[in-house]
Amino acid sequence: MAVSVTALGRLSLPRRLAPAFWGEAHLGDRAFRLCTAAFAAGALLTLAALALQMTRASALSLRRFGPGFVLGTEWDPVRESFGALPFLFGTVVSSALALLIAVPVSLGAAIFLSELAPGWLRSPIGFLLELLAAIPSVVYGLWGIFVLAPWLRDTVQRPLSGALGGLPFFSGTPRGFGMMAGGLILAIMVLPTIASVSREVMRAVPVGLREAALALGATRWETVRHSVLPSARSGLVGAIILGLGRALGETMAVTMVIGNRAEISASLFEPGYTMASVIANEFTEAAGDLYLSSLAEIGLLLFGVTLLLNALARLLVWRIARLPDGARRA
Amino acid sequence: MMFLGGPRREDPAQGREAAPRSAPAQAVEKLRAEGLKAWFGATLALKGISLGMKERRVTAIIGPSGCGKSTFLRCLNRMHEVAAGARAEGRVLLDGVDIYGRGVDPVQVRRRVGMVFQKPNPFPTMSIRDNVLAGAKLNGVRLREEDALFEKALRRAALWEEVKDVLARSGASLSGGQQQRLCSARALALDPEVLLMDEPCSALDPIATARVEELIHELAERLTIVIVTHNMQQAARVSHYTAFLYLGELVEYDETDVLFTKPQNPRTEEYITGRFG
Repeated sequence: MAVSVTALGRLSLPRRLAPAFWGEAHLGDRAFRLCTAAFAAGALLTLAALALQMTRASALSLRRFGPGFVLGTEWDPVRESFGALPFLFGTVVSSALALLIAVPVSLGAAIFLSELAPGWLRSPIGFLLELLAAIPSVVYGLWGIFVLAPWLRDTVQRPLSGALGGLPFFSGTPRGFGMMAGGLILAIMVLPTIASVSREVMRAVPVGLREAALALGATRWETVRHSVLPSARSGLVGAIILGLGRALGETMAVTMVIGNRAEISASLFEPGYTMASVIANEFTEAAGDLYLSSLAEIGLLLFGVTLLLNALARLLVWRIARLPDGARRA
Repeated sequence: MMFLGGPRREDPAQGREAAPRSAPAQAVEKLRAEGLKAWFGATLALKGISLGMKERRVTAIIGPSGCGKSTFLRCLNRMHEVAAGARAEGRVLLDGVDIYGRGVDPVQVRRRVGMVFQKPNPFPTMSIRDNVLAGAKLNGVRLREEDALFEKALRRAALWEEVKDVLARSGASLSGGQQQRLCSARALALDPEVLLMDEPCSALDPIATARVEELIHELAERLTIVIVTHNMQQAARVSHYTAFLYLGELVEYDETDVLFTKPQNPRTEEYITGRFG
């Protein structure tokens, strides 16, 4: 059964050597193992310490508001009444919006770069794409303020408001700054991540599988659709998860364009607020222990949401990466 | 049942002995290469090959590594040009029509001229059933016809008995030899007129090889087969005609019996007697 391991199988289930942690014969190997194990443990310890510290910092708020904090819709520092739902809403909706826009575009770009582009065009475009990921988010934010938001207001939102203003998504005053701008800027920021990882995943699909489809009389599109994408699917979901992670945690650029008002509105024109933004905006001027503690709890919540969404996405990868029976017999 | 592809031989060994009898001379040419040249980038891999392949016969292409035999095969269904920087020139006539001619759609050519690759390449994410039907579905076969079609294809590929109870399993769960026959079934489900086989047994053990060779015999009763092989015994066992390629040129072509017993060209003789290659 030497030939049946698929590229996909290899990506998700690497064949491993037997671990020999305790019975290591060579001193050098033992030291090497201890050393690397310590580094690995360091990452875990940091995570644990972070969670612990955040929980302690938010103790006051946790005691005062209890679980109701998550569902509270009011954020009033003056009356010291704090609830996280508007921020939770802002983070989840802006990230979802970002993925909604970025996933089709980046998959398309990845398919072009991996399957269709002529050889001489592939690396320059790929390089530029990766360069997009290297631009500091504050630069994206500035661009958002000076270019994106006014453009959205005049070119997109006004006509939308005129034509579809009856729909709750497009109701209210077109202002440029708001949920739509936040989602769009996030989409632009996660696009290079998703596109370049997807491209790598598709390149890893064996040539033999493409040729198999082509030899059956598949067109280029059919080859991608029936052979390349199915074989790459778990890696593609992985790419999207990476993008989601970036969208959830992104702070600066979103803060600069989303409008920063703690409200929940169905309209994409209305301003919103994300968890990361409120912490960045208000932490330095938070007067009062409860205020600080509430911001810390928002941080804890963001931590939890990220963890939860990642776990869900993992589950999704596991579900869709399942092959027909016996595919992994190898 | 008509779709069994002719009577099954009782004894595979005997079958393999009996097959490559000299074919009747009146067999029609199904496929003909004329002045076929092929490049990889700037490298000329085929230097103008003219060769006819007769209908319902097995034509073997032999030659040392790098002689261009796989490239030649891949030119016959326009698969050569899918590699980056690869191109071909010349004519390949399928029933007298040039498949490199203006306005010919390579996708349509590949549906008529099927291919089995050196390394078995079933789609790993598909079940056995879906693998067989993959090509047919591209052709828009209706759901109602699927059952009959894939059983017929698997029977023709002599795989039905072994997999009929595990059709939902992944194609990648089969043994190498079974995978190769699965790939043949996948090609056969399109009901091609020509089947190109690129060293189909080189990744297989002797028993699996015997099964595939037996399959070639059975298939040759219905369709035209061109097989590339580096194994001269295999060429002698399965083919009616053999072409010897060397350094991108056709050195000699004849009935298999003749080529292996009375080669005209000293190079052919040296190769088949194992003095180089």
